[in-house]
Amino acid sequence: MTLDDYRAVAPRGAVDFLLHLAEPMRGRQFVHVTASRYGGGVVATLNQMLPVLNALGIETRWEIIVGTAEFDGVARAVTAALEGTEQVITEAMLERLRATCADNAGRLPLEADLVMVHDAAPLLLVDRRPARGRWVWRGHGDLSSPQASVWAFLRQFVVKYDAAVFSLARFAPALSIPRFLIHPSIDPLSERNRDMPRAEQAERLARLGVPRDKPYLLQVGPFTREQDVLGVINAYRLVKRHHDVRLVLAGSARPGATGVLDDVREVAAEDPDVLPVVLPPDPHADLNAIERGATIVLQKPLRTDFGLDATPAMWKAKPVVASTAGGFRFQLVVGVTGYLVETVEGAAFRIRHLLTNPELIGRMGAAGREHVRRHFLITRHMADYLALLTHLTK
Amino acid sequence: MSAPRPFAFLGCVELQELLPFQARDERELLETLPRVSDESIFSHTAGVLLRRAVLPEAYPNDFALWVGAQVGDRRLAERLAMVDIFDTGSAEAVRAALIATVEEHLSHFGVPPAVTEGEPFHFIQSHVVPVPTGHRVATLAEFQDALAEVDASAVFYHVVEARYRLGRGRSDFAEWIDLSLGQPELADRISRIDPYVGSLERLRERHLAIVGRAMEEGGA
Repeated sequence: MTLDDYRAVAPRGAVDFLLHLAEPMRGRQFVHVTASRYGGGVVATLNQMLPVLNALGIETRWEIIVGTAEFDGVARAVTAALEGTEQVITEAMLERLRATCADNAGRLPLEADLVMVHDAAPLLLVDRRPARGRWVWRGHGDLSSPQASVWAFLRQFVVKYDAAVFSLARFAPALSIPRFLIHPSIDPLSERNRDMPRAEQAERLARLGVPRDKPYLLQVGPFTREQDVLGVINAYRLVKRHHDVRLVLAGSARPGATGVLDDVREVAAEDPDVLPVVLPPDPHADLNAIERGATIVLQKPLRTDFGLDATPAMWKAKPVVASTAGGFRFQLVVGVTGYLVETVEGAAFRIRHLLTNPELIGRMGAAGREHVRRHFLITRHMADYLALLTHLTK
Repeated sequence: MSAPRPFAFLGCVELQELLPFQARDERELLETLPRVSDESIFSHTAGVLLRRAVLPEAYPNDFALWVGAQVGDRRLAERLAMVDIFDTGSAEAVRAALIATVEEHLSHFGVPPAVTEGEPFHFIQSHVVPVPTGHRVATLAEFQDALAEVDASAVFYHVVEARYRLGRGRSDFAEWIDLSLGQPELADRISRIDPYVGSLERLRERHLAIVGRAMEEGGA
């Protein structure tokens, strides 16, 4: 994608705004460090952002730390512990984290005006930071209740950064360094969110086995307990008493955790209007088609990070009924772009209300798209990063 | 007569810094208000205009929004909604008004409602980074065209930021129209626009309406 491609989708003037914001920063070096170049929202955002930042004259690089399979396992456990899921983490595991980061610090070119280190795996790189440049740690998850022993170890490294960035105030632990807030974003030109011709949408839905003969409700998310998939089915059943709708549950099946998917398949065997769709490995265009075909989108996880799945649905002009978990309350404008609910009954009530008042579906959908255009597109995200670069390197 | 000094429109982007202060109920809000910076008070009152786009009819500052939505105390939320930096004129004055309002409310209603499941109030402060917009004007007609096109953050920067945080007394627009264009009456009308209109787009519209009328009256 080129910067000019965003003129058609971003708010009026946003691209010129970025050009002017970047102008005094031209030639500055900005390095991102992650543990992987594959999978996940952070990686997707960086993939889209890097060429545009470079086109703006910011010399932006993306470095990956390399470790053994054992290191990958340690990084996963530490990430889960930071996000509040109790783990067994030994001294040897923490030493593996430290040694791998030390190896990578000696190997990677980390001299830059601003180095942004994403999430837990590469966090300890800061221990060997070069003298020049400012370093920022970007914590993407909910770090409000980390496993105490793990946080006590990591915290001593976090405070060696010049600042930390979190997605929400409630996710940010207490720190002695400055903490900034930057919401994540979606790319309107990515496969997940690009405009899609009707013929392509119909072809993809047909291939996935999603019929179009009646309206469907949709939840996107892995088939896990945390997504409250069975709660969504119960909400659908309450709605189904009054409206002839289908429920599409689209997600990945986590290896070794097929229990929920088995439960859903059991329900689907008795009710053909419940439709589990197990997504292929690269599901973005398929998700795009499924979201465009939906009438109302639900996001009802019990616990999540920012939960950016509501935003792609709003971008496709769908009203969203979401739980109060994670960042949904910051993505939705309650009563304008959708509703927040606490219970199965609350979800059913809001869905029924929307189906009974179809003009609201169109109005809320349109408001949602405009809300995303102003606040959750990658152009706003890049402006935030450029503001951070300006502020920290002035 | 020398040519008027051109006016360069600046937009802005806000970087939010989370402060080490939060409030879990109204009493903690009262205890914390005196401790935070003027920048924080500004960010939670006038600064809201820069962040909000969809709901101009919602409470106009973060304190009222939090008390209404998270504490569930509509009476105090309504009273806080009427504490207005555009009326009081400075962050320090608005801080005093906020403290007096919460204090008076608690003295009448005693034990504040607890926020059991709601979000605490997180104090932030904003770092506003000015951004040239490329719009540079020398006449009122050019000013009108540019104001209609420029990023809405420029309205915030030249009207709200200039007047209420940087303490320039009146907006940059009014200053330029008076001193560079030599139109003190129009500058006075611009100065009297109440920024308390709910959104930057509405604030832009008010300015354009007054400038448009002046252009018609002047036969431009």
